[in-house]
This record gives sequence, structure tokens and C-alpha cells, in this order.
Amino acid sequence: MSKTAPQPVLETSASPNFGEMLKRLDWRRYVIYIGFVVVFVFFAILLHDQGFLSAVNLLNIFRQTATITVIAVGMTYVIACAEIDLSVGSTAGLSSVVTAMAIAQWGLVPGILAGLATGVAVGAVNGGLVSLLGIPSFLVTLGMMGIAVGAAQWVTASAPQPILDDTFNTVFGSGNIGPVPGLVLWSALFVAAGAVVLSRTKFGRQVLATGGNRTAADFTGINTKRIKFQVLLISGVVASVAGMLYAGRLQSGRFQWGTGDELSAIAAVILGGTSLFGGSGTVIGTLFGSLLIGLINNGLILAGLDSSQQQVVRGAIIILAVALARKK
Amino acid sequence: MNTPDNAVEMRSISKGFNGIPVLNEVDFEVRRGEVHALAGGNGAGKSTLMKILQGVYQADTGKILIDGKPVAIGSIQDAKSAGIGMVFQEFSLVPSLTVAQNIFLASEPLARGLINDREAVRRAKKLFDEMEVRVDPKAEVSRLGTAYWQLTEIAKALSQNARVLIMDEPTASLAKHETEALFELIERLKARGISIIYISHRMDEVYRIADRITILRDGRRLLTERLSDVAPEQIVEGIVGRKIEGQLAYRARADLAGGGVPLLEVRGLTSGPRVRDVSFALRPGEILGVAGLMGSGRTELARTLFGIDKATSGDILIKGKKVAIGSPQQAIEAGLALIPEDRRAQGLVLEHSVRDNLLLPLLGKISRGPLLDLGEGRKLSSSLIEKLAVKVAHPNRPVRLLSGGNQQKVVIAKWMGTDPEVLILDEPTAGVDIGTKSEILDMIRDLAGTGKAVIVISSEYPELLAVSDRVLVLKEGSVIQDLPRGDIADEESLQLAVQGV
Repeated sequence: MSKTAPQPVLETSASPNFGEMLKRLDWRRYVIYIGFVVVFVFFAILLHDQGFLSAVNLLNIFRQTATITVIAVGMTYVIACAEIDLSVGSTAGLSSVVTAMAIAQWGLVPGILAGLATGVAVGAVNGGLVSLLGIPSFLVTLGMMGIAVGAAQWVTASAPQPILDDTFNTVFGSGNIGPVPGLVLWSALFVAAGAVVLSRTKFGRQVLATGGNRTAADFTGINTKRIKFQVLLISGVVASVAGMLYAGRLQSGRFQWGTGDELSAIAAVILGGTSLFGGSGTVIGTLFGSLLIGLINNGLILAGLDSSQQQVVRGAIIILAVALARKK
Repeated sequence: MNTPDNAVEMRSISKGFNGIPVLNEVDFEVRRGEVHALAGGNGAGKSTLMKILQGVYQADTGKILIDGKPVAIGSIQDAKSAGIGMVFQEFSLVPSLTVAQNIFLASEPLARGLINDREAVRRAKKLFDEMEVRVDPKAEVSRLGTAYWQLTEIAKALSQNARVLIMDEPTASLAKHETEALFELIERLKARGISIIYISHRMDEVYRIADRITILRDGRRLLTERLSDVAPEQIVEGIVGRKIEGQLAYRARADLAGGGVPLLEVRGLTSGPRVRDVSFALRPGEILGVAGLMGSGRTELARTLFGIDKATSGDILIKGKKVAIGSPQQAIEAGLALIPEDRRAQGLVLEHSVRDNLLLPLLGKISRGPLLDLGEGRKLSSSLIEKLAVKVAHPNRPVRLLSGGNQQKVVIAKWMGTDPEVLILDEPTAGVDIGTKSEILDMIRDLAGTGKAVIVISSEYPELLAVSDRVLVLKEGSVIQDLPRGDIADEESLQLAVQGV
């Protein structure tokens, strides 16, 4: 009905001139990029003497955010589909443990496969319960968060599992290719693949449509149960890879790796402009959300704030950014 | 009207958005105790005018007088205290609260600082008594039907001492007898001196209930007349801006392929209590109307054919071949398409762009390898927009911003893109203006003209009679009559058939 008639402006077919286009340009959509640049410039000036702009420090920011970025790519799909996955941090921890133990037992390739299998198993259980039984993902993954971390602690009796395989440690963490840390390449790989699939494939469009209006998606012939299953499966697998990245960097598997990462990943996704209610989202935005968090962490440390102060400032900046980005 | 004084007077209201005028010096008066119809095509400015009266928007220029006194309406609160009440089209109730709790939401009667629910129930009862309707104030709203939601809305407005009620398509989701009850209630409210601004696309209702009508066109007032002084054709012409001739008259179409294999054949289709042993056949080029009361299983039949509800028994044959339809995907593959009854909830992803909505069922068509060919998508969506004359500023803008009629066109366009053999439309013209309506009916005829089969479900008999070659009458899930159009003399005889007389 004519509920929407107050915007008949938009129904006129007159070609808009440039000024109008500028006016229509919704800066809120780009708030993450604006925020990123503002924070970057701010730290660059303020912390110039502390070496903020040095190549080593900048690479460090990338390296430190790499695992969060990888997890957040998977999380983008889940949130864009109007679901949530709280189990990613624990899944990473469990995967690091399983990988480490399997490498010790059977060697490199079985170790990697076992790590991935952990992600597949967790993601399939999450997805199955959500899509087949219709249990809200918040509850399913909240439960899974405890199960995964508990299982990881249980099988290892809380002990770290050292990884002595150098190939694994090089590929999944400490290695460099030229000047570029391997971790950065891993996150670049996931961001690139995630961005293309979400915006340029049938599956990506169907994820967004399912998140935007599940009923309409169903009526359009999209198997929304399968889509919900798939996004949670993806999230689990991606989290298990992040767990292996932890394992490679720290040369061990431990149940604590990844603790709390679910919240950082969710913050990165929302900062990146993905709607918490589903239906819209971009992986590139998520990358910048994750980098912004890393930037803030790094800057606050260089500025000499202690960790309690860092938490307060970081929280305030995140709230501010999300408040600016929200729709009117 | 004996009382010439105006309850509401809006004087030379102008309003623009981003410099584009939407209302231009519009005058609008509503007398005390009058039902005043407000009409106009999509984008004529009805909603904007009403939103100014409700305080959602502020006019750029112009004055508002309530009971002869100028008032400044700067917010929804201002409008409420000035006595303006709104019965929302999408109901503004909290489903999990009771009727009484909803009525007094945010103005709960208190006793020693705590909410006095008993008092709220007592007052709600009194309101309903005054309205002479029976609603249980203690019932949870989610358990009640839409007709009761509406009564609760009206009671809520009255509890805030509304003197003017704005009703936007109030009968859209009501059954026939509920509509009658609403009209009786409106008469009683009138008698109490309450004025009603009645917005509806349904001409018969306007004639039935309204005293005067104001027609807006392109942001200006075209006319305000007593309904006794204006002919229906004038109103339609006023709204549409051109003469609509014979759109609602049935035109016998050349009989296409009398014999041969039916395009769609349904044998003994059963699903739950609402679809029972339904059988019919559709030839290429045929338009089948489906009539029946609310709850007769019309929508459920469509849902079952399209695989949303699963059939428990029965066969569906396309071109003589049995097809298994257990999901919409399979239905689409078999060549079916469904325009669902609720375009906002079932047809569109409102926040997504017009283009994304159009391409959603066509993603397979524009895939090149694993990736989507965005250029191809742009071309395809533009051609669909053009084909159905959808008015959009830019295909990248969210579909939410379009008027109802244009939204409906987007839903139809999206399915036309799949080139279906059988198109099912469930209430395709609900809530769209008369101009768009005739375009949709024409489109249905054109589609049938190309040899496709069409099923039209509608509760508007004139519309059914205008397009259908045959009408299937449903009652309690079963086909009670299968009437060739030639055997239906007029609306009344169809009405009788539907009632099962």
C-alpha cells in the first residue's frame, strides 16, 4: 500500500544529477572505512615516536589479527544468514588439540585432516540442530561452546600438546613468504575466497536472501534449511582452520587457544557493517572491522595503557563505531 | 451533514522530500461525525498527508486546525493529545500481551505506583461495551484473529480520547462478515461524533460507508465531493488520471486448443484438512479462477501445488506427465510459479534491492561457471522492469521504498523471469491501486494469450469474473463447483455459488 508513498522521490525516473547522488550517498555504509582511516591517522600522529608506522609494527597488526579475521569471515556468513555461532573460539581450541595429538600419533597429513574433521563435526552438529530441529543457533552454539572447550580440556587433561612437526609449524604459523608472514597470507586467502563467494555466487546471494527474509526465500524455491546448515558448517570448518593457525604459531595445541574469539569475531563482523539481523553483509567490511580492532589493540599498547584501561577504551570505541553505523 | 464545523482542517499543506514536492498546497477538511474517504493512486500523497496529520512528518508550509483551533503537531504524541487516532494497517500491537494490556500500553492505570490490571480490564470492558462489540479483554492478542486485533486497535485509539480515526485499508484482511461488523461499528462511532478518515482502494466499500471523498492526484487535491454527487467512473478516472474502459469486463478469448493434453492436471490432491480430494485440469491458455470464503482452502491449494505444504495423496501432472512436487524447488523445475498472497512477508526481501529481488529465482540463469555474471543480471533485471513497467528510481534501491502496487509488480516480474508454464496468483491485486490493478489483469490475460495456464485466487468477484475462463468454487477444502465463465450470469450468482447455496 501507499505506506511507502512518502518517498515518491525515489519513484520518479528523472536521472539524478551529481549533487543529488552525493546527497543520496549513504556515508553510514562506509563508516567502518572512515573509522579505520581516522583511527589510523590518529595513532600515526600520536604514536609516531613509538614506531607505530614502522613496517614491523604494521605487519604485526596484520599477524595479530589474522586468526580473528579468518574466524570472522565464517562468522560473516552466519550473521548475514540471521544466525549466530558462539562456538567458534572453543572449536578453534578443540581443533588445535586434535591436530596436535593426531600429528603426534599419525603424522602431518592425518593431523591436518583430523583438525578439519573436528570443524566439520562441530559445524554439522550445530547446523543439523538449527536447521532440522529448529533450535535457535544462539542456544545450540552456546551449548557447543562449552562442549568443545570441555572436550579439549578433558582429552588433554589440561596439558598443552606440543607439535614437533616443523612443516606444520611453518605452514600454519611461523613461516614467512618473503617479507610476508604466512598468517597474513592465510587470512588474505580466506578473505578473498569469502568475499567472492558471498557477493558473486548463487550460494552467497541465497545466504543473504535467507537472512533477509526466510519466508520469501522459501517461497522463491531456496532450500533455506540447507543454507542454514551450510553456513554453520562453514563457520565450524573455518574455526577449525583458525585453531590450526594457533597451533602452528604456538607450536602446540591447547584448549585455551581461541578463548573469547567468538566475541572479537562478532564485533569485527558487526563493525564491518553486516546487519546483526541478517540480510546484508560484506567480507571486506569484516576484514576492516577486524583490522580496526587490531589497530586499536596495538595503538593502546604502544600508548602504554595497561590492560584494564585498554579494555575500557576498546569497548567505548566499538560502541561508538556501531552507533555511528546504525541506520536511522 | 448538519454540523458544518470541521473536526480536522488542513490548510494549504505543502511537503517535499529532498527538494521534490510531494504535497502541493493541499486542503483537506473532515467534518465532525463524518466518514471521509481519501483516495488517490500510488504516490499521490495520501500517506504523506496522513503522516503529517499523525505527526510522523512535519509540513513545510500550511496549517492544521483541530476543532477550529490551530495546533502544532510536531510529534506522534502531539497528534494523540490532539485527538488523532490511527488504526494501523500493520497492527501495532504486542502479540504476547493481553487485549487490555495492549489498549493501555504506556498509559496503564496505576494503584500505588503499580499497574492495576484489574482496572485496565474493567476499563477495556467498558470501551468494548460502548463500541457494542464482544472482545475478551483478558485474552492474549496472539490467540485472536485479525478482526479482533483491529477492534483492539480501535479501542486503544478511543481510550486515548481520539476524535478522529484514520483507517488505512481496514478491511484488507477481514472476512466478509467481519467487514460488515466493522461497518456497523463505524456507523456507531459516527453517531458518537467521531470522524473517520477512510483510506481504501475498494470502491464498493467507499460508496457503502463514506459520506464524502477527497481525491489526491500528484500531490494536489483534485476534488472533495459528497459521494452522492460523484459517479464511480469519475472517481476511478480521478485516481488513475485516465479512463479505464472495460478492464473489469470479461472478454471471451479465442478458444485455444480445445482438446489435447491439459497443461496442468490435478487428481485427488489432498493435504491436511484444507485441501481435500481436489481435481481439475487446465488447458494451455486457460485462466482458472478460484473462489471461496476465507478458510475454504484457496491459499492452501496454492501452497500445496507449489510444494510449500506437502500433499498427503493425489497426483499432479504437467503436460500429461506425473511430477513429484515436495518442495518449491521441484515445483519451479516442473514449470510452476506462485505469486504469494502476502508480498511483504512471502514475496520480497524488503531490505534488498529491486534487482536482487528480481534475480533471486534466476540465479541459475545468470551463473557463468561458479560465479554470477553481474552484467547479465543487470540486463535481465532491466528487461523485467521494463516489461512490467515497474516504476523505480534505480534498480539498486531497496524494494521497501516502492509503493504497494510497484512492489507487487516486482513480485510478478521476478516470477515472469522464470518463464513458468503455470502461474498461480494468490490475491494478486490486494492493496494495489486501480491503475496497477488493471495492468495486472491485462498482464494475466497476455500471459494466457501466449499459451501458458494461469490460476487466479481472489476474494474480489468482479476481478475473478473479469479474467477467468472457468471458476473453481472451493468449500472446506473441496471443489463444490467447476463453472465455465459462460454459466455465471453475474457477481451475485458467483456469490451464491461460493456460499454453497
